[in-house]
Amino acid sequence: MKHVTVAGKALTLLFTAAFLAACGSTDTQEDTSAAEAAAERARIEAQQADEARIAEEQRQQRMLEDEAERVGNIFYFEFDSSTLKPEAQAALDKHIALLKTSDKSVRLEGHTDERGTREYNLALGERRANSVRDYMVVNGIASYRIETVSYGEEQPEAYGSGEANWSQNRRVVLK
Amino acid sequence: MTRLLLSLVLLLTALGARAELLIEITQGQDNPTPIAVSPFAWQGAGAASEDVAAVIDSDLTRSGQFAPVKRANMLSRPSTEQEIYYRDWRAINTQYLLIGRVSGAEQMRIEFELFDVDRQTKIYAGSESGPASEARMLAHRVSDKVYEKLTGIPGAFATRLLYVSVTRNPGGKDYYRLTLADSDGARPIVLLESREPVLAPTWSPDGKEIAYVSFETSRPAIFRQNLATGQREQLTNFKGLNSSPAWSPDGNTMAMVLSKDGSPDIYLMDLSSKRLTRVTRHYAIDTEPTWMPDGNSLLFTSDRGGRPQIYRYDLRSGATERVTYEGVYNARARVAQDGRNVALVHQDNGNFHIAVHDLKTNRLHVLTGTALDESPSIAPNGSMVLYATKSGDRGILAAVSVDGGVKFRLPAREGDVREPAWSPYMSR
Repeated sequence: MKHVTVAGKALTLLFTAAFLAACGSTDTQEDTSAAEAAAERARIEAQQADEARIAEEQRQQRMLEDEAERVGNIFYFEFDSSTLKPEAQAALDKHIALLKTSDKSVRLEGHTDERGTREYNLALGERRANSVRDYMVVNGIASYRIETVSYGEEQPEAYGSGEANWSQNRRVVLK
Repeated sequence: MTRLLLSLVLLLTALGARAELLIEITQGQDNPTPIAVSPFAWQGAGAASEDVAAVIDSDLTRSGQFAPVKRANMLSRPSTEQEIYYRDWRAINTQYLLIGRVSGAEQMRIEFELFDVDRQTKIYAGSESGPASEARMLAHRVSDKVYEKLTGIPGAFATRLLYVSVTRNPGGKDYYRLTLADSDGARPIVLLESREPVLAPTWSPDGKEIAYVSFETSRPAIFRQNLATGQREQLTNFKGLNSSPAWSPDGNTMAMVLSKDGSPDIYLMDLSSKRLTRVTRHYAIDTEPTWMPDGNSLLFTSDRGGRPQIYRYDLRSGATERVTYEGVYNARARVAQDGRNVALVHQDNGNFHIAVHDLKTNRLHVLTGTALDESPSIAPNGSMVLYATKSGDRGILAAVSVDGGVKFRLPAREGDVREPAWSPYMSR
């Protein structure tokens, strides 16, 4: 019987120890959970911040794209001139701001009106495209990202004669 | 493969082709010479493939220097000397009479004789032979001989034209065709079709090859093409402008405009080695080079003085001198074979006219009164200048004699036509 008692005591002790151990382990578990929750909160907060930042970046990108779209991709010139008009510069600034957010390449197509000889006009169209390119380079777009092509008086926007048509054809198109 | 395709295009478009250009004579000489071209007798089997006399008649009419008698007004239609009754021709005030006979099947032969009606004498007799498929060209050769006998100047009827026609496509890309036709616009053959611009067509001095600028690679590039084989070669692919090809008189060198080194400058390409030599070196626009007939100097357009003017570059000394001073805009010179008359585009009161600058007297003579004239091209005999202008808002071709006395128009049946290039005399 004594054996049994001893065994029973031992069992009790064992149980007690197991109980105490269990209680102890419960305390540790609670501490870990709290830390994890905090980390989780931090993680979520960081993720939310990231998302907010990306959303903000996307919003700004969209804004830049909208602005560039709003000002259009065609810049007009005066007769026999390759000087950028102030409104063309303002419009180009929007495209430059947008281009700075990527490494995309662009093509500048120079055009003239129908007056004068075709091959001289090819050279004039190139002067116009170069004038836009130079403005973009000065304002921070690498020249290797810009290709210029002159069409001279080929491919007019408006087919007729007279200043109303001619003024639409003296242009550089950013593509 | 490309060569085969091009040949096919040549073949297909030549079949069933009719003249795309119409000819309207707007101004002739004050006292054109009356001449009668009696219908030529056909001595072959079946029906004649071509009315040779009608081709000659229209050549002489188009020169503005002759007033051919209408067939309906002819009292007789001789084709041999024995059949001529001079009184029939004196009665209708004809000064000269041309008669002839056509024979042969695949090989055609045209015999012709020219008579002075007042003196009742034969003043010229000749013959032309060649493939029957070239019947019209043989007729043009007869016109050349008759024209030379009566004016002292070789005719330029047996020559050909290159021109660019464009079908508009508002909001999209225009449709370009480079066409080869006889000097009267007949027998047009489309050499190149493209959605991208084609411009500046020009001839090799032997008339066997052409060069032009095509944007088919999405950038301008100079191409050279053999007319007989259709074989094509891309000569340039530089960054920037590749334009204004101009063959040297000896056929070995191509002058051209490139902007690869900054601003547009004139370069020479050795056609066998493809080696480039830079000719002009200026921050201004230098373009539209053309050779003097002796091959020793080039004329070109430059705005180095502020506005475009014609300059001359001496290839031996390397010296450049300004040629034109009259007016604010003189561009795209083309020199006649005499090395004296230079056809160019001259701006006057905002309008662009065709003018001739005489290199000997340094006098400029404006030939046209329309507002948007460009691309002058001189006939190889120096008599006429073919150019592009606008009628309404359509591009048409027109021609004017170097003395301004004769004018005709060549509107297209449809679309815009531009950039005519008159061939040299074709070597046979």
